[in-house]
Amino acid sequence: MIDIIISAIFSDNLALSFFLGMCTFMAVSSRVETAAGLGVAIIVVQTITVPLNNLVFHTLLAESALQWAGIANQDLSFLKLIAFIGIIAAMVQILEVVLDRFSPALYSALGVFLPLITVNCAILGASLFMVERHYNFTESIAYGFGSGVGWALAVLLFAAIRERLNQQRIPDGLRGLGLAFIITGLISMGFSAFTLA
Amino acid sequence: MTSWRRYLFEPLLNNNPITIQMLGICSALAVTTNLKTALTMCIAVIVVMTVSSGIISAIRHHIPSSIRLIIQITIIASMVIVIDQILQAWFFEISRVLSIFVSLIVTNCLVMGRTEGFAMHNGVVPSILDALGNAAGYSLILIFVASIREILGMGTLLGIPLLPLAEHGGWFEPMAFMQKAPSAFFIIGLLIWGIRSIKTEQVEAAKITLHGTLPMSATSREGGS
Repeated sequence: MIDIIISAIFSDNLALSFFLGMCTFMAVSSRVETAAGLGVAIIVVQTITVPLNNLVFHTLLAESALQWAGIANQDLSFLKLIAFIGIIAAMVQILEVVLDRFSPALYSALGVFLPLITVNCAILGASLFMVERHYNFTESIAYGFGSGVGWALAVLLFAAIRERLNQQRIPDGLRGLGLAFIITGLISMGFSAFTLA
Repeated sequence: MTSWRRYLFEPLLNNNPITIQMLGICSALAVTTNLKTALTMCIAVIVVMTVSSGIISAIRHHIPSSIRLIIQITIIASMVIVIDQILQAWFFEISRVLSIFVSLIVTNCLVMGRTEGFAMHNGVVPSILDALGNAAGYSLILIFVASIREILGMGTLLGIPLLPLAEHGGWFEPMAFMQKAPSAFFIIGLLIWGIRSIKTEQVEAAKITLHGTLPMSATSREGGS
């Protein structure tokens, strides 16, 4: 359990070693507050959707998973893509409604970011990795939480560095996207030091 | 005719999806450890984008705007599932290397971005050309990055030995770093720098700094460093 969390945060960081969610990563990271908001939203959605997708996959889609319904030898796992996307989109919508009802303060803080998350490949990627690595239910909770924290940590670090860089003199062609890539590369190098060889 | 050509060739360099529009970066970096997987990925993206742009453009007058995103995702996801099944059936080795990244074409913002931004408002032929052009622009960057990473990381290109390896009596010592994640970031970053040094109109304007000082003008340079 602890192993899964730690490795999902550091050595197998979704953003830095699998390049997932990069588009959002580059787009929102110009200010620390927005990055923090998105980071929290990702942790919450990730911790909910990965275990949920795990349940759906193992009770409905996996090979001969439908035996409880009397249908044997039916492999529906090719449908996992559409099912996961649907679940993620639905979860994000439900989360939005629930937050709006019970915690308006949190809703107004996260509100803008929630729809963005539906098309963030880090979320779908984590669910697909969960299937590929055969995690069980508890492991998938740990993985969802850990990978969310890892992504949030990366985007927060990156936003902090970028905010400082706004005050520096940078060669024209490198300003903006070019330098963003190189900084991410440096952070990624730092994180890869956590990998146990 | 000239406008058709523009749809097709504009995204190659002047409005490249990766270096300018910032779309589709996620998958671009992950599959570029060698040229073969990158090429497979490129073909997958080209097929998915062209077909789904064509379909969405053809039915664009019948899609209610409130559920258009869901419809687009479903069409794209169906295409991706087809591609994924084909790869698993006939190219099992490559599909294992690409692992989840073929599936992730679904959430590739490049595909969604072009269907939402272009195919929803334009006819079938321009949409298909636009999709082809953007997918080609994306492929161009992928192939470039993958070639560099494979040559410097393993001394081969498409699996064919290009540089004589030190362990076989040659002079070339493979750089393991090129096969690791950070190198992809560096190569794309430097590539963007290179493109923008030549095409200076692509340079981003300086942002306003935090403490209310004026943004420095784009032309001012520091002597030395």
